Amino acid sequence: MNNANLAVQVEGLSKVYRLGVNEQKADNMSSMIYAMLKNPINNLKKYRALYDFSDVEISDENVFERTVRDAFWAIHDISFDVKPGEALGIVGSNGAGKSTLLKVLSRITPPTSGKAVLRGRLNSLLEVGTGFHPELTGRENVFLNGSVLGMRRKEIEAKFDEIVDFSGVEQFLDTPVKRYSSGMRVRLAFAVAAHLEPEILIVDEVLAVGDAEFQRKCLSKMENSGEMGQTILFVSHNMPAISRLCDRVILLRDGQLVMDGPTSSVLSAYLAHERSVRTQSQWDDPATAPAGDVIRMRSVRVCDDSGYGGPNFDIRKELGVELEYEILKPGFSIMPSFSIWSDEGTNIGVAIDQDLEWRGKPREVGVYRSTGWIPGNLLAEGIFSLNVILWTMDPVRRMEFKLEEVATFQVADSLEGDSARGEFQGDLPGLIRPALRWTTEIEKNVGAT
Amino acid sequence: MPVVEKSIKLPVIRIEPPHKWQGIDWQELKHYSDLFFFLVWRDIKVLYAQTVLGFTWAVLNPLIQLVIFTIIFGRVAKIDTGDVPYALFSSVAVIPWTYMAGAMVASSQSLVSSQGMLGKVYFPRIIFPITPILSKLVDFAISLLLLIAILGYYGVSPTFQLLYIPIFIVMMMLIPVSVGLWLSSLAIRFRDVRFAMSFFISMLMYSAPIVYSAAAIPEEYRLIYSFNPIVGVIEGYRASLLGAEVPWQYIVPGMITTFVLLFGGVLYFRRMERVIVDVI
Repeated sequence: MNNANLAVQVEGLSKVYRLGVNEQKADNMSSMIYAMLKNPINNLKKYRALYDFSDVEISDENVFERTVRDAFWAIHDISFDVKPGEALGIVGSNGAGKSTLLKVLSRITPPTSGKAVLRGRLNSLLEVGTGFHPELTGRENVFLNGSVLGMRRKEIEAKFDEIVDFSGVEQFLDTPVKRYSSGMRVRLAFAVAAHLEPEILIVDEVLAVGDAEFQRKCLSKMENSGEMGQTILFVSHNMPAISRLCDRVILLRDGQLVMDGPTSSVLSAYLAHERSVRTQSQWDDPATAPAGDVIRMRSVRVCDDSGYGGPNFDIRKELGVELEYEILKPGFSIMPSFSIWSDEGTNIGVAIDQDLEWRGKPREVGVYRSTGWIPGNLLAEGIFSLNVILWTMDPVRRMEFKLEEVATFQVADSLEGDSARGEFQGDLPGLIRPALRWTTEIEKNVGAT
Repeated sequence: MPVVEKSIKLPVIRIEPPHKWQGIDWQELKHYSDLFFFLVWRDIKVLYAQTVLGFTWAVLNPLIQLVIFTIIFGRVAKIDTGDVPYALFSSVAVIPWTYMAGAMVASSQSLVSSQGMLGKVYFPRIIFPITPILSKLVDFAISLLLLIAILGYYGVSPTFQLLYIPIFIVMMMLIPVSVGLWLSSLAIRFRDVRFAMSFFISMLMYSAPIVYSAAAIPEEYRLIYSFNPIVGVIEGYRASLLGAEVPWQYIVPGMITTFVLLFGGVLYFRRMERVIVDVI
């Protein structure tokens, strides 16, 4: 693709902060004057240090360092492109440099080196309600906030009714905002933000504020804007929202871009590395492996039917929970089982191996692999974990061992239209999301006479 | 919003490490003119919110000062003002001075007081120190009523000298802008500025012919004295309102100082601008 057609082009962007430079010297003016008289050259050097970072370059020797002497590389050498209309997610754990990257791209703070080119009108929402003044009325704040976000007065006037409608605070439009509840304030602020129509929109974790209902409304508004050709850069910890909204995701770690690719694979890497979401547990050493009298566990693993090991799975795919274990004593029939737990600790269900080929039959010594298949379109979006229990029947049921949270995985919904959500865009509540068979009948000419 | 429509011409934003010295990007300022307008308007609306007297304060402030000056410097210290009554003499100075002092204080604190906004959204930072210069004009306009009343009371009638007044109004605005450009960015790094401001303002006041006449300054120091730009503004107001000859020897040096301060202020501000957010 021709470069001039890209919406966002970022090349080698870096930002360095001096740690403690201002604490060292900027306590008060008299001490600065004293120090300046004492050592003017040194002071000038320190002052220059706020602009000049040539002494703390990351070179080949310290390429794995993030802090070089008193300088901290908040982001280092970040490059990526975004096509027009593409929605790019930015993920990473706290302190990975996401906010700094957004601040540089929003022109709030300049980069230390590298460059970025953005083609189109740009709006960044690092906060909602920037510039709101408590003494002004709701109406006045809509105009003020809109203009702070870069809207022209005419644009605000044209969209004013729509904004008020969206916010749902029309009765209080002429009340000073200081008398608003915090919820109302957020709704009004968000309504303004939602009506920006830039070509490029940068959104930080602003969805964390506001009630759930309203968040849903805003997310679907954003999803719509993606369809209208708007380019979106989106930082969030809300993984389901990222999965739905973004076509592509970049992963930042310690200020560097470590992965850039399709949403599902980057989210998988993120969940696995930064959030320690592991789809498998393995015990190689028999001495420490969980074991009972009869059975010793070898591994637990989650994967889809193509063998992909997650941890980010497509909601439509069947997921196999594979239990590998060793039978140490012959002559027992056994019963493998696992239970699925939601992120909030709700037990969604228990699955017991009912395969007639093995059920109730004594087994010989050996390594066994039993896989229970969770159907596609069953679990809702979210993070789930598995508990595993193995039982022996001798002939009374007896628990061999219980393993808690041996595997975790995420289920993500796409917007391709053939999952249970169909074309519906917002957040859907609930722990299960089966794709039901729907039927509709019509009876014509009833009561028409 | 069809995609085709937008492919005509898109603005291109380039983000690069800033150059060392930069001037003002007028094109960009023009784009943000609406924001500028709303910020000024916000300042005006909010200033007297929840006060009983509201805009009366704009008259009361200089009036009280005027009364004090008239009693202390006019009656007690008996400062020589030629054949002009003291109240009249000082009112033509106190009213522009009240504006300049107020605008300087507000402008120098402008960045510190809006640091919440600085870190969250981009627009040309230079709007901040300029906003109070305009919003304080409302107070100034109201206090002009007081001035007109005093002029009327003493039976001063306008002369052709009044035609010079726009020059002094512009100078009266440019001085706080240039001071504000320097001090607002300095105040981000040194919060001392806020505390030093009240001394600075009273120093400025006594260094200018507000309570006394510039004629009281010994002949040989007058040139140096008039490099203080406030001297020129005050003497200019006095001459054009009271119908005296405009004393250009006081005004021209002050204009030079103003332009040097203003030019340097813009450069300094634009240079500091890029570290402002990192230092807050």
